[in-house]
Amino acid sequence: MRKLLLTGNEAVAEGALAAGCNFYAGYPITPSSEIMHYMARELPKRGGVFIQSEDELAAINMVIGAALAGARAMTATSGPGFSLMQEGIGYAVMVEAPIVVVDVMRAGPATGQATKPAQGDVMQARWGRHGDQYVVVLAPSNPQEAHDLTIKAFAIAEELRVPVVVLTDEFVGHGREVVKVSEVAEVPSRRVEVGPQEAPFYSPDPRKAPPLSPLGVGHYLLVTGSTHNEWGYRDVHRFETHFKLVKRLKDKVWLNKDKLFMYEVVGDEEPEVLFITYGSVARSAKTAVRKLREAGVRARLVRLKTLWPIDVPELRKLGGEPRAVVVPELNLGQLVYDVERAYNPFEVPVVHYGKVGGGIPIYPSELVSKVLEVLKK
Amino acid sequence: MSKAKHFTREYVREEVLPTAFCPGCYNGVVMNALALAFKELGVRDLRNYVFVSGIGCSSWIPSPYIKADSVHTLHGRAVAVATGIKLVRPDLNVVVIAGDGDLAAIGGNHLIHAARRNMDLIVIMVNNLVYGMTRGQQSPTTPHGKVTLTTPYGNFEMPFDIAGLLTHTNANYVARWCVSNFTQLKESIKEVLTKYSRGFRFIEVWAPCITYVVRYEGKTPGEKLKEMREVCVPVSKYEGLSGEEKVKYVAVGVFKKEDKPGFIELYREYVARAGGAHNE
Repeated sequence: MRKLLLTGNEAVAEGALAAGCNFYAGYPITPSSEIMHYMARELPKRGGVFIQSEDELAAINMVIGAALAGARAMTATSGPGFSLMQEGIGYAVMVEAPIVVVDVMRAGPATGQATKPAQGDVMQARWGRHGDQYVVVLAPSNPQEAHDLTIKAFAIAEELRVPVVVLTDEFVGHGREVVKVSEVAEVPSRRVEVGPQEAPFYSPDPRKAPPLSPLGVGHYLLVTGSTHNEWGYRDVHRFETHFKLVKRLKDKVWLNKDKLFMYEVVGDEEPEVLFITYGSVARSAKTAVRKLREAGVRARLVRLKTLWPIDVPELRKLGGEPRAVVVPELNLGQLVYDVERAYNPFEVPVVHYGKVGGGIPIYPSELVSKVLEVLKK
Repeated sequence: MSKAKHFTREYVREEVLPTAFCPGCYNGVVMNALALAFKELGVRDLRNYVFVSGIGCSSWIPSPYIKADSVHTLHGRAVAVATGIKLVRPDLNVVVIAGDGDLAAIGGNHLIHAARRNMDLIVIMVNNLVYGMTRGQQSPTTPHGKVTLTTPYGNFEMPFDIAGLLTHTNANYVARWCVSNFTQLKESIKEVLTKYSRGFRFIEVWAPCITYVVRYEGKTPGEKLKEMREVCVPVSKYEGLSGEEKVKYVAVGVFKKEDKPGFIELYREYVARAGGAHNE
């Protein structure tokens, strides 16, 4: 373990290297490029592969090819690049390629404000592709967590053979703090040779992914983004084949919700007001909780490290019985819809506090004022 | 049974035959040329090969027909996926088989950049002159004047000469053959597997869609082959034609043949400069 003064972007790169990442393909884009610069410097020294692709479509597809060929592969991007990568992420879901995609969120849509932070890609990270598809989305809130959750992302990708999105934002990506860096992290390998008599796209346990069989051993794997049966043969007509496949791809993520849904809870056991948020904004919320408690208001924060899948009943339990829930986000409202799902049946008012643009954070003082307004204090 | 097994059957998944190709489809010629090249080179099985294809009829040649590892990608992304595979497994022969729509339209950027990088891939572009799988729309290689679903009054755009384009890149090997040049095509495939076994190797195969080009012209597959014997002329002869005549002919031959180190070797040198060792 080393202690280094790193930005969130550099911490992501260190986490990836600790997790054994040996393939990186990417295209320059602000504010994620430092991840790419770090990997460009480090991977060749370690015998890994770094390639600057012609666009983000190429980056994501190179990463998928590399993962299928046996590498631990990652790419990183921001808004517009993340949009281009969506089709590839959908393909990775279908062929069960274990990949890690980092999106350092900036203000959009379109080119937006390239250097300014935002949290507008939450829904895109979950649902940006066509069709029924389920991925895992993690959201670190500081450089240390950017490092730790990148390692976790590789572990989840490997275990479930699913793309994992690490969703940071410009504040996390460019903020610089002391990070405890792992040299080598334990990431279990799923690269197991599947015998010629075993179906390569089948798992008897719906919570588990099939092992990832290597190429070039004479088993003549058929990998396709079209609907396929458990042997890989394309079947683009029958209901049973398609339904069974997409259900399996959903279940291996969905049935692991208990393990995948990660969070931190701070503040009062019996709160009057509850914050639910994630990423850099959670840091403001944490300070707001402290200030509110100093002022005699019972406040609590549930900070989500996992933005997908969300265990809604669990989220409800974590929050206690508040009089109101405040959801601050650097967007016009995305996570707030899950919170409404959790609290509306109990008639607890859910208030979104959103702003975005210009690199302006949500200050703790704003959140304190908002809470006092909502609680009519 | 004394009848010898057809050489192509050695390299295909028998359980998925017959193919889904239209009767008379020239994809069969491409499969036969590949199979005969493998046979003549003494390749017993294809375990050291990974075939990567995109979306389109010719992309079905490797997925599922060829008996080898195959990765059937999204439309246009075959070269990018193949690049990722090759960089991680340089010990495997990575062969892309896809169509003109896939490689020259939606995947055009990946194609030219792989050529610029001299990426160690073999790319076989089966040029059927239209989008065959989606019922015959205009593609980037559809000849001028051709009637298709999306050019019902005749194509007023000019086609892309993809082999010509790639000749002017850093690619090591660029050839074009018509399906009527079976032997030359087979020899080209052998060449890129042996003497010219590194860098970016591109073979365009002129194989007009049997349904949406040939049948629309009122010809049989055999008649079209005969016509190709006339119009597919060696590049040396083609160069001597006037501009007006050139439109009626297709230049075939090996346009470029070099043996420069490919991306993999250059990357290994780069890695050594950085103090690492790639895949060793």
